Amino acid sequence: MTVAPSFTADEMMTVAASRALRDGVACFVGIGIPSTAANLARRTHAPGLVLVYESGTLGAKPAALPLSIGDGQLADTADAVVSVPEVFNYWLQPGRVDIGFLGAAQIDRYANINTTVIGDDYRHPKIRLPGAGGAPEIAANCPEVIVVVRQTRRTFVDRVDFVTSVGHGMGPGDRARLGLRGAGPTMVITDLGILTPDPETCVLTLSSVHPGVTVDQARDATGWDLAIAGELPTTLPPTDEELAVLRELEATKGQVQ
Amino acid sequence: MRMARIVSLSRGVAELVHDGDTVAMEGFTHLIPFAAGHEVIRQRRRNLTLVRMTPDVIYDQLIGAGCARKLVFSWGGNPGVGSLHRFRDAVGNGWPVPLEIEEHSHAGMANRYVAGASGLPFAVLRGYVGTDLVSATPNIRPITCPFTGEVLTAVPALRPDVAIIHAQRADRAGNVQIWGITGVQKEAVLASARSLVTVEEIVDELPPQPGAIVLPTWAVTLVALAPGGSHPSYSHGFSVRDNDYYVAWDAISRDRETFRRWLDTEVLDRSEPRTTTDTTTSEVGA
Repeated sequence: MTVAPSFTADEMMTVAASRALRDGVACFVGIGIPSTAANLARRTHAPGLVLVYESGTLGAKPAALPLSIGDGQLADTADAVVSVPEVFNYWLQPGRVDIGFLGAAQIDRYANINTTVIGDDYRHPKIRLPGAGGAPEIAANCPEVIVVVRQTRRTFVDRVDFVTSVGHGMGPGDRARLGLRGAGPTMVITDLGILTPDPETCVLTLSSVHPGVTVDQARDATGWDLAIAGELPTTLPPTDEELAVLRELEATKGQVQ
Repeated sequence: MRMARIVSLSRGVAELVHDGDTVAMEGFTHLIPFAAGHEVIRQRRRNLTLVRMTPDVIYDQLIGAGCARKLVFSWGGNPGVGSLHRFRDAVGNGWPVPLEIEEHSHAGMANRYVAGASGLPFAVLRGYVGTDLVSATPNIRPITCPFTGEVLTAVPALRPDVAIIHAQRADRAGNVQIWGITGVQKEAVLASARSLVTVEEIVDELPPQPGAIVLPTWAVTLVALAPGGSHPSYSHGFSVRDNDYYVAWDAISRDRETFRRWLDTEVLDRSEPRTTTDTTTSEVGA
């Protein structure tokens, strides 16, 4: 075995997220870590990954990491450029985009997501966040949703202050009761590990820890009593290739082609 | 035939945007009509209801300048950078004036424009169900499909008084050509009672352009020449996105006094670019 490469927690998170994207699927990509991870996947194990940005660029193949969802190179490299009503109505709504990739300001035990306000009073919030964007319908209509978010007690809360996007609602059967057709969040990837909903209770359970992270660290960073999978594997560390490609990619961020 | 008139930017804004109007300035990251937004600030319009899917830096500037009383939107941030500080100050502290908000999702807003453009009172979508947006925003309602009995979501049409967009080019008759990421601009123009389109160039004849959409002259009210009018966003084929501006905006907008100085020097003390001319071509081809 070679010497373990040195990498940051964010790099581990991004690599783990990229590995969750299977080759040949279509992925609805938000800006930030989801976009980095999707572009990493396309450059490593998933060259046939179809990147869909909400700006209406289907099958974008950016050479540099875009700073916004509407950078010019996304349109230049896309298989098709469609209007915003079309991307939501024809492509997202019928479930044509296999995986939705979301971030969160708060996420709760049922993987419900808040990106709207922090605080109990919507009209007078403690912190006003950007809002919904495409997330509610991505969470509702994509066959599968993957959430990428750093794990802290402020972010991983017992109940989100505002449900912007529905995960598993209040528990088992809730998505079906609400008429949501996608499976909802199947994986939450953090800088500490990977959480998956328990098949019986839908509660997010720690199912993998990243190298060098302890279970207690993950518990301390979670605002509910975090359950741990019976057999808890350690996430495979980033390979030299993954790290090299990721760093090369990060260096291109926001470059205009 | 009814045709768009070609006017200066200042005349276009003066003619079409009135205090108290509902104004939609669209452009999804691309082709954001910044020059027109600055002209609205210069003409000191007040009590506007501003509609926009992504009220990013352009609406942060209008809100900070005190032009708006209400914002209808679905995502309010500085893309790739962070928060909108003037928007947050207005919502949280009522500075410089209180700002009412009406909040939707992107899918909801896009469909509201489609309904407006289609002459329908509302749009139907699979969306919002189970979210707290339903209780926060009164005009998100359930609707039952008369054919299947399925419960879906209805949102009312957007019918702004005026839409303002930026496009690559127009011909002298006022036909407008847009390409690259076309966003929701066509729907915004068709949903609105009046429209102002600023353009990079005005040409004799629109050349063929892959992927372009055309807004026929009779669907547009006024066209104004405003080269570079989408800066710091971009006009595909003419300019690139000024990412540094978006990053710099964070510091400028964070503090009220810094913002005010920016507003004075960069907007209020400037006139519109000299290249813009007042011509009317209503005779051409009429």
